[in-house]
Amino acid sequence: MAKLMGLINLEHEHDFLNELTYFRCGAATPFGGRYRLIDFTLSNMTKTSIEEVAIFTSNKYRSLMDHLGTGADWDLARRHGGLFILPPDWNDPTDISRGDLKHFHNNRDYFHRSKAEHVLISGSQFIANTDYDAAFAYHLERDADVTCISVGVNECLPEHASQLRIEASSDGWIQKLTNDLQNQHVFTGVYIIKKEVLMKLIDECIAYHKDHFFLNGVNSNLDSLKVQYFKYEGYSIFVNSVESFFRHNMNLLKPTTYKGLFFQNSFVHTKISNEPPVKYRESAEVTGSLLANGCVVEGNVENSLLFRGVKVKNGATIKNSIIMQRCTIEEGVHLENVILDKDVVVTSGQTLMGSKEMPYVVAKRKTI
Amino acid sequence: MKKEIVGMLLAGGEGKRLGLLTKSLAKPAVPFGGKYRIIDFTLSNCSNSGIHTVGVLTQYSPLILNKHIGIGKPWDLDRQQDGVAILSPYTAKEGGSWYTGTADAIYQNIHYIDQYDPEYILVISGDHIYQMDYDDLLDHHKENDSDATISVIEVPWEEASRFGILNTNDDLEIYEFDEKPANPKSNLASMGIYIFNWKALRSYLVNDATIENSDHDFGKDIIPAMLNDGKRMYAYRFQGYWKDVGTIQSYWEANMDLLEEDLSVSLNNKEWRTYSQDTNYPPQFIDEQAIVENSLINSGSWISGHIKNSILFEGIEVGSKSFVTESILHPEVKVGQNCTIKRAIIMEHVVIPDGTVIDGEKEEEPIVIDANYVSQLINN
Repeated sequence: MAKLMGLINLEHEHDFLNELTYFRCGAATPFGGRYRLIDFTLSNMTKTSIEEVAIFTSNKYRSLMDHLGTGADWDLARRHGGLFILPPDWNDPTDISRGDLKHFHNNRDYFHRSKAEHVLISGSQFIANTDYDAAFAYHLERDADVTCISVGVNECLPEHASQLRIEASSDGWIQKLTNDLQNQHVFTGVYIIKKEVLMKLIDECIAYHKDHFFLNGVNSNLDSLKVQYFKYEGYSIFVNSVESFFRHNMNLLKPTTYKGLFFQNSFVHTKISNEPPVKYRESAEVTGSLLANGCVVEGNVENSLLFRGVKVKNGATIKNSIIMQRCTIEEGVHLENVILDKDVVVTSGQTLMGSKEMPYVVAKRKTI
Repeated sequence: MKKEIVGMLLAGGEGKRLGLLTKSLAKPAVPFGGKYRIIDFTLSNCSNSGIHTVGVLTQYSPLILNKHIGIGKPWDLDRQQDGVAILSPYTAKEGGSWYTGTADAIYQNIHYIDQYDPEYILVISGDHIYQMDYDDLLDHHKENDSDATISVIEVPWEEASRFGILNTNDDLEIYEFDEKPANPKSNLASMGIYIFNWKALRSYLVNDATIENSDHDFGKDIIPAMLNDGKRMYAYRFQGYWKDVGTIQSYWEANMDLLEEDLSVSLNNKEWRTYSQDTNYPPQFIDEQAIVENSLINSGSWISGHIKNSILFEGIEVGSKSFVTESILHPEVKVGQNCTIKRAIIMEHVVIPDGTVIDGEKEEEPIVIDANYVSQLINN
């Protein structure tokens, strides 16, 4: 049985969520009431029986490391393999590698030491609840060098603009990866590559002063490599802007998307936190909302997401909003179309309103 | 390795009076409070009090209890040198036996305690709901230079005859112990929480083991014997919430108490957290038709109906136009549409078909519903 190892490459994911990524990298952004974006990627990897996962991260990774801990919550605290968080290491003056190739170069040992012959590489912006078993089997069966996981989208949305599009031959080999915004066959950024091919391409890229492994190593060599696609059919989304972040969180309030993302496969794993069940007081009025444990609700919550430990005081109203961990909404507050990052306190009587297209975002730990 | 104090948690009881709830699991493992098991309260007390050496004595249907405790991770009791140890009955060269009483259970594990050579030993049981700093109890014990300290709670005088009552002088020194007295002289009831000087207790346990007609019980044998010998024994007055969840009625009441606004046992108390094994259920979904009032609801639940004064564990579904009130729904219970459920405890994984009416009488003990009950309901 061939083995697969995992790599979550965050090098090229810049601060795509404005206020929400002032203090954290995109991968650590809270999502869906109790998760962080990276939870989906990580859970999908461990469901694929990947026993070693490395993370290339270069900035604002404190909260990411805090979230991941030893990896135990994803069953990645192992004697062999497990979780490797690999921050940047720029100490070698003779090192000529750049971009994510610097990470690949500095962490060669991670790839060499593993017995796995194939590597699954992903970012954190593609959100789904799945495993990659079928894709891996197909990768082996066709003896591909690279298998790109793709999705067919019904409608090209703004968040798809930054994703490459796939043009393939009738027998499934990729001919071109384009930026053609009309093409609905979208590359997710997740791919499986033979380790041997990966190592060879890394050397080549570094020798030619390249700085982006996928674009320079894989995309530029489509004619000489066997690169195919594997289409994922389940519920999936991309989160790479505040607008897509807000819209997709709100979409979770539709029964089909909630079930599609959370109940199709086994559960998505995240950091365990031991919060008590949600306490609804006599005066609470909650409809069409998603609530995580630890919340205490006295006021009104409508069509909103409450992360863990949010307090909603008497007479407060929250509509179409996302309220992250441990926020306190005092009496008489009115919130509509807002995103409150963690630990925000909205003092009594305040009104905050954004629009559906442009939610009002409040950065972490503010008191308003 | 020397330890000042070792906790011994008695968790082997069958809990007969909990009926169906303990049909296949030990009383301390019965689900409680929407996400916990009863034993979580005492284990969290130990951890929060800084007692990191805890022996848990299990006996009756221990699988779920043992799995729940595991290596003690949720309570930070997964430690290198001490931590939590599950102590089940065993056989040795000279034979072995089930634990015949609370004192016998400790006696049979003397070697476990001896390896830590403790000054003191804390004896508690896994079937009470309360939040208590055992460190305060220990301070009280030390201040009085006591051989044994028993935690007591003031109960209403009219109920005192249901408890083990301690008669004390003004400075709380115990001179008499009455087990369920007809005419109680005091209303200080024993909570079944003891601190002993280990050396003193050890000799009483060894002696008690040789007495043939002994019940090998702390309340019936050890405490009276120590009193008889004039040992220094003090009561420690506990102020706060404490409930023995020994019957269906008291189990239900203790759950409902969690809905009280100003209850001193708070699951949301950040200074005194109650820990348990956590799961990976997604956040709960309260849909557009739902009404939720004065209730506790856990992750993974999907609510379309009306929930009032109830406790819902994880992975619950309640269909539209259904009304659930004064009830406790254990994990993975599915309630269909147009159901009315009042004053009931529904056991894990039970599916309630559409249109079911379960109406518990106000004055009677709440009804416990298992899969059998539901299939009889359908067949009638």
